[in-house]
Amino acid sequence: MSALDAFRTALRAIVANRLRSALTSLGLVIGVSSVIVLIAVGQGTQRGVTDRIRGLGTDLVFVEPSAEATTSQTGSLAGLAQSTLVQSDATAIAVNGIPGVAAVAAQVAVDAQAVAGPENVGVGIVATSSAYAEVRDLEIRSGSFLTAVHDEDRALVAVLGARVSETLYPGLDPVGQEVRLSFVGGRITLAFTVVGVLEEQGGASEANDQVFIPLSGVANRLRVLFTPTGDLRVTQIDIQTESGADEERVKEDVGNLLLFLHDTPEPDFVIQSQDDLISAATEVSNTLSILLGSIAGISLLVGGIGVMNIMLVSVTERTREIGIRRAVGATAGDIVKQFVTEALTLSLFGGVVGIALGIGGSLALDGRELGGQAMTTLIQPQSIAAAFLVAAVVGFASGSYPAYRATTLDPIAALRNE
Amino acid sequence: MIRLRDITRVYATGETAVHALSGVSLDIGRGEFVAIRGQSGSGKSTLMNIIGLLDRPSSGEYALGGRDVARLSEDARARLRGGAFGFVFQSYNLLPRMTALEQVELPLIYQGTPDRRRRAAEALVRVGLHDRIAHRPTELSGGEQQRVAIARSLVVDPLVLLADEPTGALDTATGRDLMTLLTGLVEQQGLTVVLVTHEAEVAAYARRAVRMRDGRVVKDSDAPVAAGSAR
Ligand SMILES: Nc1ncnc2c1ncn2[C@@H]1O[C@H](COP(=O)(O)OP(=O)(O)OP(=O)(O)O)[C@@H](O)[C@H]1O
Ligand SMILES: [Mg+2]
Repeated sequence: MSALDAFRTALRAIVANRLRSALTSLGLVIGVSSVIVLIAVGQGTQRGVTDRIRGLGTDLVFVEPSAEATTSQTGSLAGLAQSTLVQSDATAIAVNGIPGVAAVAAQVAVDAQAVAGPENVGVGIVATSSAYAEVRDLEIRSGSFLTAVHDEDRALVAVLGARVSETLYPGLDPVGQEVRLSFVGGRITLAFTVVGVLEEQGGASEANDQVFIPLSGVANRLRVLFTPTGDLRVTQIDIQTESGADEERVKEDVGNLLLFLHDTPEPDFVIQSQDDLISAATEVSNTLSILLGSIAGISLLVGGIGVMNIMLVSVTERTREIGIRRAVGATAGDIVKQFVTEALTLSLFGGVVGIALGIGGSLALDGRELGGQAMTTLIQPQSIAAAFLVAAVVGFASGSYPAYRATTLDPIAALRNE
Repeated sequence: MIRLRDITRVYATGETAVHALSGVSLDIGRGEFVAIRGQSGSGKSTLMNIIGLLDRPSSGEYALGGRDVARLSEDARARLRGGAFGFVFQSYNLLPRMTALEQVELPLIYQGTPDRRRRAAEALVRVGLHDRIAHRPTELSGGEQQRVAIARSLVVDPLVLLADEPTGALDTATGRDLMTLLTGLVEQQGLTVVLVTHEAEVAAYARRAVRMRDGRVVKDSDAPVAAGSAR
């Protein structure tokens, strides 16, 4: 029996049992498409996270209080009170002549509510210095960023992220307007003059939802920022390194300097480069991808068992057909070929439809909001290849055993079967 | 052409062994039309299955056209079965859902014969079913279904057509038509036919009558060779 004849025979049997064939393939369709979609979601999430970290700026090194030092959440003032970093650390890093350091900006990050007229929105406050725009590569759309004069004068001025501006002053240029920021659940409310608005930053950037104010200006109003020695607590120090500088060297030099300044043998701070953050995030999302992939793999397996089940039923139902085929000259091999081809055709059909659905589903999900966050999906050619391969293997395996069972039938008994 | 010597077939069913055939010797020549009769359970179908290579004898010798076929491999038997024998059963044994033409093409698929469609159509013409080519079994009468089965067995130009109670499920008139068809194939085209039947009238179409009892040939109307060696 030629392969073409085997395929024709298989196709005829599949078409003759349209509904059953469709239901059989369905398991594989779901399995294959979910493998493709879930891996695309996993990889897309990873891409989103790495994009966001890259969007922070270029060649950045971050210094933060170590995890043991801050028990409370970042963004709250209580957490701030426990920070081990102070503004003079940032100054020291900037003026100490560490090779490779280009710019330094200390910041205090707290959550606040921004109010302008009838509008109001939750924002992340970044209380920092004029150096921040350079460190983070921020572009201004209107007005200016914080200036050295603002730092000096302890001015109560604010620069708005693009989305904040759009929410509070829809369609208007807010420069010169007043915005009120209320901290600590509304217990402290201060009025700021808007001096600038940022250009819309790349989609994943958090700068769009932030408001930037001079740390010197707000420090007088938020006494919690002061240490007993009169220094200012900060939650993070951002260092931009010169491009091409050895970031590992910079991290080490900064670390040694801080150990000396803090006068501790064990670091009470963590220094991470963008690359460190990206590899940590990649690790997390790889685990996520593997988890999603295995769930999908299980559904693929279940689909495969479905095919095998149907093929077994089919062999039992078609005992007489097998007998007739044997009587007109089919060898055991011909019967095997027929059933394997049938299972393979069903599975590959399920695989192809599953791939189409998986690609379609991934494209449809791309950019959709999920839990307030835009989803990114990245279709992986490898996952398509793997899913297809699994479908083929499943088809072959689930056809082989029933086919073997078919050949053990005695042709005479099979013919007598009613 | 067919030469059987001391063929036995023993079925081991549980404790006891059933001797379906206990020493059958039979010679059938080219162009013969043989009717086998005998009581139910006398071993007629078993003998047909062994002749047609669907079954293997427990002991004895079987030569087909001078070639020993009792010890052929399973695959070789399947190929030879498809090319040298055509089976016609009481219950037609057609595949559901297939058209008459597709049914008749089936043996050719396994033989790897080219030009299948034309040959299958010709075989259907030979049994007078040229206008039923696209019909499926459920759209055919019993007599027509049996003719499709005959066409299916003729399509490979078999050495022998083996018909096990082909008229068993047909009414008398239809049975007669079918026997006329078979007789015509033997007389005009030199086909060899071995027929199992219970009916004397059907057996009368054959030129040679073999009677079986308890797994043995007990009477053979024309057995020049078998007479000597048969017990
Ligand atoms: N697979 C089997 N297992 C056990 N015994 C069997 C088997 N097939 C046939 N037999 C026995 O062998 C004997 C001959 O059976 P066979 O079918 O050849 O009879 P038959 O002459 O064709 O009868 P009928 O006219 O009723 O068709 C019977 O006694 C039957 O019970
Ligand atoms: Mg019988």
